[in-house]
Order: sequence, then structure tokens, then C-alpha cells
Amino acid sequence: MSDLSWVVPMPVVVPLFAAGLALALYRRPNLQRIVSVGALTIVLVASVALLVVVDDGPLVVDVGGWAAPVGIDLVADRLSALMLTISSAVTLCVLLYSLAQGNEDDEESAPISIFHPTYLVLTAGVADAFLSGDLFNIYVGFEILLAASFVLLTLGGTGERIRAGTIYVVVALLSSVLFLVALAMIYAACGTVNLAQLALRLPEIDPGVRLVLQVLLILAFAIKAAVFPLSAWLPDSYPTAPAPVTAVFAGLLTKVGVYAIIRTQTLLFPDGRLDDVLLWLALATMVVGILGAVAQDDIKRLLSFTLVSHIGYMVFGIALSTDEGWTAAIYYVAHHITVQTALFLVVGLVERAGGSTSLTKLGGLAKLTPVLAILFFVPAMNLAGIPPLSGFLGKVGLLQAGVAVGTPLAYVLVVGSVVTSLLTLYALVKAWNKAFWQTPPVERPPVRLPFGMVGPAAALVAVGLTLTLAAGPLYAYTGRAAVALTERTPYIDAVLPDGERGTGESAKLTDVASDGSHETGSDG
Amino acid sequence: MSPNLVLVVTIAVLFTVGVYLLLERSLSRVLIGVILIGNGANLLFLVAGGAAGGPPIVGVTPDGEMSDPLPQAMVLTAIVITLGMTAFLLAMAYRSWQLHRHDEVQDDVEDRRIARLAAIDELAVRDSDEEGPVPTLDEEAAEAHDETDEGHPVEEVAR
Repeated sequence: MSDLSWVVPMPVVVPLFAAGLALALYRRPNLQRIVSVGALTIVLVASVALLVVVDDGPLVVDVGGWAAPVGIDLVADRLSALMLTISSAVTLCVLLYSLAQGNEDDEESAPISIFHPTYLVLTAGVADAFLSGDLFNIYVGFEILLAASFVLLTLGGTGERIRAGTIYVVVALLSSVLFLVALAMIYAACGTVNLAQLALRLPEIDPGVRLVLQVLLILAFAIKAAVFPLSAWLPDSYPTAPAPVTAVFAGLLTKVGVYAIIRTQTLLFPDGRLDDVLLWLALATMVVGILGAVAQDDIKRLLSFTLVSHIGYMVFGIALSTDEGWTAAIYYVAHHITVQTALFLVVGLVERAGGSTSLTKLGGLAKLTPVLAILFFVPAMNLAGIPPLSGFLGKVGLLQAGVAVGTPLAYVLVVGSVVTSLLTLYALVKAWNKAFWQTPPVERPPVRLPFGMVGPAAALVAVGLTLTLAAGPLYAYTGRAAVALTERTPYIDAVLPDGERGTGESAKLTDVASDGSHETGSDG
Repeated sequence: MSPNLVLVVTIAVLFTVGVYLLLERSLSRVLIGVILIGNGANLLFLVAGGAAGGPPIVGVTPDGEMSDPLPQAMVLTAIVITLGMTAFLLAMAYRSWQLHRHDEVQDDVEDRRIARLAAIDELAVRDSDEEGPVPTLDEEAAEAHDETDEGHPVEEVAR
């Protein structure tokens, strides 16, 4: 244990505190901005610090001084620190972008006073889900970010957003209930919801029950992550929100689901009995998603479908259940968060310059705003996986991992992901040609894009390029994260140093042996 | 230790009714469905906590007779969360009613447009297949002429 463990709760506590402050300052927009930008900067710094520190071993905080299985614990290991760093960089960029948009537009398009506290709560929820070492606390993190996302998605309450929000809210609530049911079942079977203790106890229960629990958890997370049969809600609900909101949703929210799948699959269910099912689902997600994207005419919807499609890549990597697969999947998550967010931010600028997001109405933007053309082109090619960009590296990693596994199904997936990659290229090049090269149906007056909006979008594109340049160290890092996931012991030992209890206060084990919670542990 | 049968039956009923209501199109019914399912899940936690016992306070209840406090704490959290979500859903249903005078879940316009485009495409293909004997060019030309020419003389006569 390093003395740096006080940093671990920062990404959750700071935004929550700042959210309250921002709400209290709703009459002082300038102060609000300082508070939110300041808070998210602190989160970014804290996350980077965690990223560096936890490379030597996970950091654990037993919240309130209660020892781990009794109290709630926050755990920062390589995987969660990496997710935190990428997500806080992305949220900061999107916040800056939305600040500039708020300056340019009137209040109507993004009511600032509500936006700031909600956005901060959203980041706190995401961080909580990443850091939590307790399954019920992950649920709470999910609910925090969902409640915030409901508000952000229906910002302003226009007819279109209420329509989109309805679908989103109902589906999200359904997945929450599924998660809750899974939690109750897990508690009934194991008598605990602490991840580390679950990892110790789950192998002891009946395999059939374990499979049911696994399926329930995967179902709940797959809805959040938009894995194929459960993905139909996403392209219907995301595109109507304001550009920065769509960007942060597309980048982060589905990835929280993916993170939860990685965490539970590796830590709780390492025997991988659902791997074949997951591989098929991954294939279906990739292919169906990208075919949807090819059919779309609206660029925001097109990107939403590519988002669904590329979730398939991550599930592919997870379901391979090898070090290589997980390494590539984690790298792909990091790459995809930045690229997808950058693309949505750029599309917000496209809408500004071209007056529409419909590909039939756009045109000639390359002449109008060459900067925008570059900003769209780079992440688009990155998403499609053109060498030498990070999308290519991630996909090559996945393909190698698939070939290394060498089962017929893995080869099918390898072929499927190559086809999907080509179709992604087709869809994005189509969008590029229509939006930037075709003769515009209506001549648009030249527009000045505010630097405050171009800057953050460009910064995110640059982060995506950095992932390419720093691919060596980063890939090594995700490799180490994957090895730790396979071993499982670093995580469990960090949370429960003596195999029974974490650091902090708790009754002696002899007292607890006759306690109700322990009794239920044996009746599964 | 066997679970309480009454609780289990209640949970089953709550879930069944809840799922039925969730499949409705009206948002207020969906809301009631969500509440029912949520309560079903809460009861499930109570079952998961094992048999009821005395209050779990050291010194009040002997060690072996305490009820498990942890699931109850989780249920409390879940209830509070459901309350918040319910409030939001209600607000959204009301806003939908304000805007459209109903609170039904609507179709996605863009989605329907793409589906319609696809349907038109499909029809065009089927037409060329089903038409059987294709009319000769002369027949087609005659028909086309008839239609365009017919208007003119009538109009001229009318003038």
C-alpha cells in the first residue's frame, strides 16, 4: 500500500462536490465554468497519477475505514486507471467544447445552469463505476450516470428529445432492474457482493447457478454496452441530443458497460463458459451494426451505428479469453473512446458549418472549411483502421489474438472483423464524399467556426494520434493489465490482504462466523 | 433454509404484471410496470437475506438470531434510486403529454424514413419480376401519349 491511496476516491468525490457547488452557483455562469473546468482538470491529474502509480500494484481504499467485505472498497488497478485517464481526458475536452458552444449559441440549445452540475454528476458516476470494488457500488455508479444522462439527453425538453429520451430511459431502467435481480441472486448464492470475495466464493457454488448469475450479469451489461440483439435503442436515442452530449455518451457510456463485462468476466467467471455465445454475439454486433451504418443517410445516425458495430470488436477480444485478446480489447476500448467522441464533436461542427447532418443536404464542406475536413478525415480513417493509426493497431492486435486461439469460430470472427472494417471504411468514405466533396445542393455562406469548439475537437483528434504514437508503451501497459486480469490474485490480494478482510475496522471473524450474512453464504 | 413461499409467489406476480405493463406503449403504464418490477427485485433481496430475525444490534439480539442487515441496506438504496427514476419518468410523461396530448412512445421518424426507402426499393424489384408479359414499346408509347395528350384537347375545348 502506498500512501498515495488518498488519490483513489478523488475522481468520484471531486466532481460530486463540484456538482453541488455548480448547482448552488446557478446564477453565476462564469463561476460555474471555473468550478467545472477546475474539477475535471483535478480529476484528469488524479487519474494520470493513478495510471502511473498503480502500475506497481493496485491501490485499495476501504471507504470509511470499514474493512473490505464489510464496507465498500474502491480499487484502482491498471485497467480502471487506464479507463479513468482516457475518460477524464475526453470529458474535459467535451466540457471545453460545450462551453464554447454555450458562448456562441443562446441558452436554448444547451441550458448551461442545468448542464454543468449534471455533467459533473455524470463524470462522477462513470468514475465510480470504474473504481468500485463492490458489485452493488457498480450498480449505484451506473444509476448515478444514468440519472445524469437522462437529464442531459432530454435537455430543453423538445418533442424530438423527449421521443428519443423515452426509449433510452425505458431501456436503461430495464437493464437496471436486470442488474438488481442479478445482484439479489448473487447475494443469495454467495452472501457477498464484494468483487474480490465473490471471486473467491463463486467457484465453490453449483456450476448451474453460477451460469445463471453470469448470464444475468452479461444481459444487464450487454444492454448498457449495446451488444447486438440488445443494441436497437442506441441509434434511436443518441443522435437527437446536443453534439457534446452525444459525443460523451457515445464515447463513455457504452464503454462503462464494456468495462463491467471485462471486469466480471475476468474476475468472477474466469472459466469462460459463455465465450462461444459471446463470440457469436460479437460477430452479429459487428456485421449488423455496420450494415445499419451503410444504410443511413444522417451522419449522426451513421456514427451511432458504427459505434454499435465496433462494440463487437471489444466483445470479440473479451470473449477470446486469452491475454492477447484482453490486451487488444483494452487497447481498443481506449482507442475507440477517443475516436468516437472526436468524430461526434466534429459532426457537431459539420452541422454548424453545413446547417444539417443529412448527407443529401450537405456538400462542398472541404472548400468551405478545410480545417474541418482534416478534423473529420483523421478520426474517420482511424475508426476504419487505416494503417498506421491506432484503430489499425487495435484491430491487428485483435486479429492476431483470434488467429492465436485458432478455433474455427475464432477464424470466422477474424474474417468478420476484416469485413466489418472494410464496410466501416465504405460507410465513412461515403459520408466524407457526400459531406465534403459533392456539389452542395444549396450554396452555404462561409461560416466562422469558433476556435473554442475547434480547439477541443482538434485536441481530441490529437489524443487519438497520441494513442498511435505511444502505441508501444500503451500496448505494453494494457498487456500488463491483461496479465493481472488473468492472474486475478493481484486484485484479490490487494483487497483482502490476509485472504479474509481488508484493512480497516471490522468485527473479528470468530464473531462473524455465526452472523446472518455468513449463514446465507452456505445455502446457495 | 428454504425461502418464504409467499414472498416468492408475490415476486413472481409482481414480475409478470410488470413485464406485461412494460410492453405497453403508454409511458404511464410503462412507469407502473417499472415500479412493480423494481419492487419485485426489492422483495427478491429480502428473500436473499435469509429468514427474518431480530434487529442486528450487538447486545440487543443474540448472535445467531439477527436478521441480515446488508440486503436491507441495499433495498433501501434501490428504493431511493427507483423513486428518483420514477419522478423523472413522470416528468417526461407529463412533458410528452404537454407536447403531443398523449404519452405514447413514438416511432423514430428517420428510422421509418429509411425503412420506407427500403420498402420502395423492394417493391420496384418485385414489380419488374411479377409483371409477366412486358408491354411493347409501342403500347407503352401509346399509353404515355394518351395520358399527356388527353389533357390538352379537353382544356382547349373548354376554352
